[in-house]
Amino acid sequence: MELIKKFKHLFSNISLLGWLIGTLAAVVIEYYWGYDYISYYLGLPKIPVLFGTLIMLKNPIMIPSALAYDIIVYLIPILLTAGVSCNFANFLAGLFEKLPLGLSVLIHLIFFYAILHLWAGINDYRILIIKLTLISIILTVSVNVINGYQGEFSCSHPGFMALGAYTSSIITLVLFVNDKIFGTPLLPESIGPWLFPFALLGGGIAAAIGSLLVAIPSFRTRGDYLAIISLAFMFIIKSAVENLHIIGGARGMGGHPDYAPLPIIFAWTMLCIWVVHNFVTSIFGKALNTVRDDEAASEAMTIKTRKTKVTAFMFGAFWAGIAGGLFAHVLAYINPSMFSINRLAEILAMVYFGGLNSIVGSIVGAVSINVLGEALRPLELFKWIIIPLILIFVMIFRPYGLISFKEIDAKRLLRAKNKNNQGIKDKRGV
Amino acid sequence: MELLQYILQNLINAAERGSFYAVISIGYSMVYGVLMLFNFAHGDIFMVGAYIGFGIATLFIGIFAGLLPAPLIFLATVVTTMFLVSWVGVFVEVAGYRPLRNAPRASAAITGLMIGIIFETGVLILLGATRLSFPPLMKSVTYHVGGIYITNVKAMIIIISLLLMVALHAFIQKTKWGMAMRAMSYDFLAVPLMGVSINTIAPLTFAMGAGLASVAGILYGQAYPILDPYMGVIIGWKAFVAAILGGRGSIKGAAFAGYLLGFIEIFVATIFPSTLRDLIAYSIILIILSFKPRGFFGMEHSTKLRL
Repeated sequence: MELIKKFKHLFSNISLLGWLIGTLAAVVIEYYWGYDYISYYLGLPKIPVLFGTLIMLKNPIMIPSALAYDIIVYLIPILLTAGVSCNFANFLAGLFEKLPLGLSVLIHLIFFYAILHLWAGINDYRILIIKLTLISIILTVSVNVINGYQGEFSCSHPGFMALGAYTSSIITLVLFVNDKIFGTPLLPESIGPWLFPFALLGGGIAAAIGSLLVAIPSFRTRGDYLAIISLAFMFIIKSAVENLHIIGGARGMGGHPDYAPLPIIFAWTMLCIWVVHNFVTSIFGKALNTVRDDEAASEAMTIKTRKTKVTAFMFGAFWAGIAGGLFAHVLAYINPSMFSINRLAEILAMVYFGGLNSIVGSIVGAVSINVLGEALRPLELFKWIIIPLILIFVMIFRPYGLISFKEIDAKRLLRAKNKNNQGIKDKRGV
Repeated sequence: MELLQYILQNLINAAERGSFYAVISIGYSMVYGVLMLFNFAHGDIFMVGAYIGFGIATLFIGIFAGLLPAPLIFLATVVTTMFLVSWVGVFVEVAGYRPLRNAPRASAAITGLMIGIIFETGVLILLGATRLSFPPLMKSVTYHVGGIYITNVKAMIIIISLLLMVALHAFIQKTKWGMAMRAMSYDFLAVPLMGVSINTIAPLTFAMGAGLASVAGILYGQAYPILDPYMGVIIGWKAFVAAILGGRGSIKGAAFAGYLLGFIEIFVATIFPSTLRDLIAYSIILIILSFKPRGFFGMEHSTKLRL
């Protein structure tokens, strides 16, 4: 314990910017020397994609070299650079603190994206993982609005995703792509990427309208009706799509144009987090929380409970639709069985693993379940024993999820961590 | 006359299919009634029941094939499987639900879901992807009554399901244990103060639900002999829907709704193309629930969610 405290203290004056600079150094090292020198001399066949977990599980003899790779490429450069550049980073962070918060966040995000881009640029597998993880983040955050902030148990998110995915796919395929189902494009292909956001919005709006089908009957009274009505809704959507042969039926539809590169998805994810964060910290979000905690009391406080619930539900469904649209364009193929019980189990796992009523929790849940799922892939079936077991233990020891009831505090996150600053604060505290 | 025969034939098919749903959904309904929790592992308990039933049936047929009459082997299989699978139910309660009794209800639902996934994967790992086929426990004989075809397997499924439900009803209405369960479903906070331990009643409820599901598994194996680790998923969720439709916590409602679901499915499939089965069945359920949010026999109890 003492050791951990000491270790923590050692890095206590590194700001977020410092960590970002450190990570940048690590990523640059991997980018330039990762393949030619480091992995070559360590005897690794190629750059370990996911911190060497895949190699370690496939071939246990490689464990030492994969670990050595992690230490040489990630651990040492990050700690070293972050430590050395600490003063400089704090100086910069101090400058950014004087800027408006939004601008400062934007700078950090661009910096973060640059790192992510470099890291992902090593191979396509990493790009795909990051894309799917970012989409999962949107999805998880949107479920959290309903299952966490609103305190209901909704099972219909695969259905909303399917609505968004199919609507936006149809829009892009009809307008911009020459394909088998819809024939020649109505608009020139070159403007497709520019109008893609509107296709996504169309998908989101379709999902939001579809959610009314669930919201209107189920919010008349309180309780578990939502669970069952939303479940029925999910099956209805899946079955309806299977029977619509014009959009491919059970065979699915494909041939999506590549409108969703990494920066676009990253931007949508950040937009989603920002909008949802503002939504749940607004007066409306507080109203939503009161409706969850005590409906009668909030009614007495002049909150229109039903309207609040329906709006929040539509809002969550909207973002699920956006996520579905992005998902369709990343995979360039969708079929109805992608949006079924398995997807539901995955979504619920991410939300409840990460933590209810918390956007940070949702991000943590989405990232950890996705990365864990990919990292344990060599274990094949045993993966589906390990992940559920982890989730059961999380539920037993932290019933609300890992990080619950916590909001993002951007100001605190980004602030400079000078030694003398802290000293002043400590004196004040005493 | 032709039409009447056609309808009667389909009624029998529907009663067979509805029997599975009814017997499984009773398990959901009992757990909901006592603990106000969804047991999302129930569909997979049904699957485990079918597999254990398969093992027991193969064993018993191997040992006693010539020695004992077929109905006796059948009975022995059913009783042994029920006993074994009840312990699976108890395991689910102790491992997944007991630690979460004071936690939000959704968390318990998640553990149930995850235990279900572990069961599926476990069966897949233990037995591989080869599909096993359930050994027939009795010789199939087809009777031809007034233009309707009915096999003895079908008749047996319908009769055994009804018998089970009657037995369960008697247990719940007549015995002390059943009285404790009813009391628990009335108020699970006050009853433990009266000296009825929730730590006995809850496992008992899970065990009885699991026992019923295992019988459904054996019967299902007789009707559709191919076993598959994921067979519990679709049937389980449908039975869950039926349990809600019948009114949460109401056993008679669950049975009724299970049969209704069977009827809807079979008749939709005879009138429309069978791909529309789920679409129409769930739409009907959605419409019924919109007008009767408590289901058919749901109690008027407080539905405040503890998040």
